[in-house]
Amino acid sequence: MTAHGLAVVWAERGMMLRGLVTTAEIVAIAAVLALALGLVLFVLLVRSQGGPVARAIAWLIDLMRCVPFMLFCYLVYYGLPYCGVLLDGWTAGVFSLAVYNACYFAELLRGAWTQLPREEIEAGSAFGFHGWRLIRHLVLPPVIANALPMLGNQVIQIIKDSAFLIIIAVHELTFSANEIQATFYVPFASFVAAILLYWLLCLAVERGVGAMVRTAEAWR
Amino acid sequence: MGGADLWSLAQGAATTLGVSFLAILFAAPVGLGLALIRWAKIRPLDPVVATLVSALRATPAVTLVLLVYFALPTVGLSLSPFAAAVATLALGSMAFHCEIWRGVLLAFPAEQLDAARAFGMTGRQRFRRIVAPQAWRFALPALVNEMTLLIKVSPAVSVIGVVELTRAAVRIGATTYAPVPPFLIALAFYVPAIGGIVALQRLLERRYGTLPA
Repeated sequence: MTAHGLAVVWAERGMMLRGLVTTAEIVAIAAVLALALGLVLFVLLVRSQGGPVARAIAWLIDLMRCVPFMLFCYLVYYGLPYCGVLLDGWTAGVFSLAVYNACYFAELLRGAWTQLPREEIEAGSAFGFHGWRLIRHLVLPPVIANALPMLGNQVIQIIKDSAFLIIIAVHELTFSANEIQATFYVPFASFVAAILLYWLLCLAVERGVGAMVRTAEAWR
Repeated sequence: MGGADLWSLAQGAATTLGVSFLAILFAAPVGLGLALIRWAKIRPLDPVVATLVSALRATPAVTLVLLVYFALPTVGLSLSPFAAAVATLALGSMAFHCEIWRGVLLAFPAEQLDAARAFGMTGRQRFRRIVAPQAWRFALPALVNEMTLLIKVSPAVSVIGVVELTRAAVRIGATTYAPVPPFLIALAFYVPAIGGIVALQRLLERRYGTLPA
């Protein structure tokens, strides 16, 4: 990495920073939406154990886990207009990240749920907890607490997948780095700078999730 | 979409499998080597490997492939798009292989190593006779899972012009103005390919079990 490259990237730091902010924004919004949708899928899965709804959701989750994110993103971006929905790149990107990862979140929650001791649930229903109350008070708290580290890893996956949005012209971090690279021909400095920023973002998420895991353990 | 388009999708699928397979071929042994360096805490290398693996695990494949393809020529090393694609996927996968092996080695039951030590085995003997025959069984399901992640991330290499399956589908859509059908055909390749590997992973998990807690 030459001093010249570093100087150019530093001079273009505004562009880099805008890319970083867009990436962080997209990841944060997509992660929250994915978690919400993932929880809905998980609750439906638990409530209709073995029923047709549960089977349909399990099938959807298994299918999504076999689809590359980039292909899914293309399908959303080019496919939705056929259904009469026109989305710009940013919205299509957030939407596809959210829906795609909701299935992964639901699978992680399901995994944590199968590890849960059955006695607690049985004791709960013996004490008159049923349906939504049982799920809210006895299923969700331990399932979310146990799944936290895995959910954190999936957020890191969302950060990495967000770079795919360059293909639908979302101005995220890799897009910024590529613009600087193409304009000033400093590929080394610009992409290494982008990678360092992704790394910082992931480390921040890791730290945050670590703190949440400790809080959850103390609270238990 | 005609027969020629289906043929180009098939070629794209072959390229997807080719880059993924070659990447694993490089990633598996190097990842194991890096894990052993970290496990044995070989001093000057250990922190370097730890930092490299941490950074690689946080790096999107799209960004990495752009770096490899555009930046290496500036230091006098020009790779073809295909070679850059293999190198990128191998680098990313290598970091995960390292973490998988390191996890297995760190979780290895200490009693067994103590017992081997009590029998007077050297470090090398302990590794060859006690650790290695068991560790690969524990690692196998995770390693197979990493293969599915690798295939799922492989469309990233299309940004430098490698015509793998997803890019082949994009190109057909661009000429026929009907982008969805080729994407669905691509999907019909990815899903059974990845689903098949997932099924293999479940089978291995049942046969060899998971890590002893």
